[in-house]
Amino acid sequence: MIDPANGSPEPQHAGSRTAHLAHHFHTPKQQFDAGKLGMWIFLMTEILLFGGLFCAYAVYRANHPEIFFYAEQFLDKWLGAINTGVLITSSLTMAWAVRCAQLSQTRGLVTCLALTLACACGFLGIKYVEYEHKWRDGLLWASKYAPHRVRDSGFSVQDSGFPQERGTQAAEPRTLNPEPSSQKNAGIFFSIYFMMTGLHAIHVLAGMGAITWILVLAAKGRFSSRYFGPVDYVGLYWHLVDMIWIFLFPLLYLIH
Amino acid sequence: MTDSPKTQSASEHGGLAHVMPLPVLLAVFALLMGLTVATVSATWIDLGPWNLGIALGIATVKAALVALYFMHLRYDHPFNALIFLTGLLFLALFLSLTLLDTLEYQPAIRSWLENR
Repeated sequence: MIDPANGSPEPQHAGSRTAHLAHHFHTPKQQFDAGKLGMWIFLMTEILLFGGLFCAYAVYRANHPEIFFYAEQFLDKWLGAINTGVLITSSLTMAWAVRCAQLSQTRGLVTCLALTLACACGFLGIKYVEYEHKWRDGLLWASKYAPHRVRDSGFSVQDSGFPQERGTQAAEPRTLNPEPSSQKNAGIFFSIYFMMTGLHAIHVLAGMGAITWILVLAAKGRFSSRYFGPVDYVGLYWHLVDMIWIFLFPLLYLIH
Repeated sequence: MTDSPKTQSASEHGGLAHVMPLPVLLAVFALLMGLTVATVSATWIDLGPWNLGIALGIATVKAALVALYFMHLRYDHPFNALIFLTGLLFLALFLSLTLLDTLEYQPAIRSWLENR
């Protein structure tokens, strides 16, 4: 500890050094580790929560691969890839923010958290563009699935000015030919798509709330090398959200 | 708890947790971006049944990088890693047992598709 005033015989409860120490902890280290342990247990439950959706995905894809191969063409691989990059960048700035907090660099911490928030906004913005596009084309979950712009071949959805999948790929015959049944049942894919990306987007929103909270505290100068637990915990949560997207991206956008 | 603000990379700083060196963070970021490009590029090559495996393999490497470095798991108390791996173990049990049942019906589905 870099605390010159620490000549007290009871270092556990001496002065400013323990200003952030809750009374039920012996040392800041114990408090920090306990918080982190709790966070990891929470993250485990999050993995299991998303696990249910990954399981639904696996079962439906195993039973109906043709629906997945057919429906994937309506997802814009490039928007997905850009969003992956945006989220990875936000993970970098979050990890950097934790580092700044650990080194008592308040200005760096505030900057990194603001950049993380900006990336999160960018991610949701792109997600909004994608959702809006699907909404317009009637590419919704099974009960609302009404692709009014999909004609017989089903490839006409891509014609509205978005960064598109490469035309050649869209025109190629698939290994599993689009059958009328896969067109009819593609709503199942979109149910899974909206559930997975929707739950993920809710997590992004929650993360943005948490980051805003940390940002306000950081701007007030609450965090230093002696107390940065909340920054680290929010960072762990944010990285988990990134990690889940790392799996969602290839599973939903890169089916081939 | 040693006072060694200069050696932040390997030792503890302030006694609370490991501080990740900036070059490591940037290298992990570059790797994650490179792997994202790789996974997108992989869709231009058709390897049949391996497509899914390659995509998931790349995603797993990326997730491992995030966990080990961005989430400090490599330098953290091993108990946190144990919790994480326990979660993954139960996820694997959940997925594999469910898929075991699902795949039982695959021959029937395939023959139905072929006989139409």
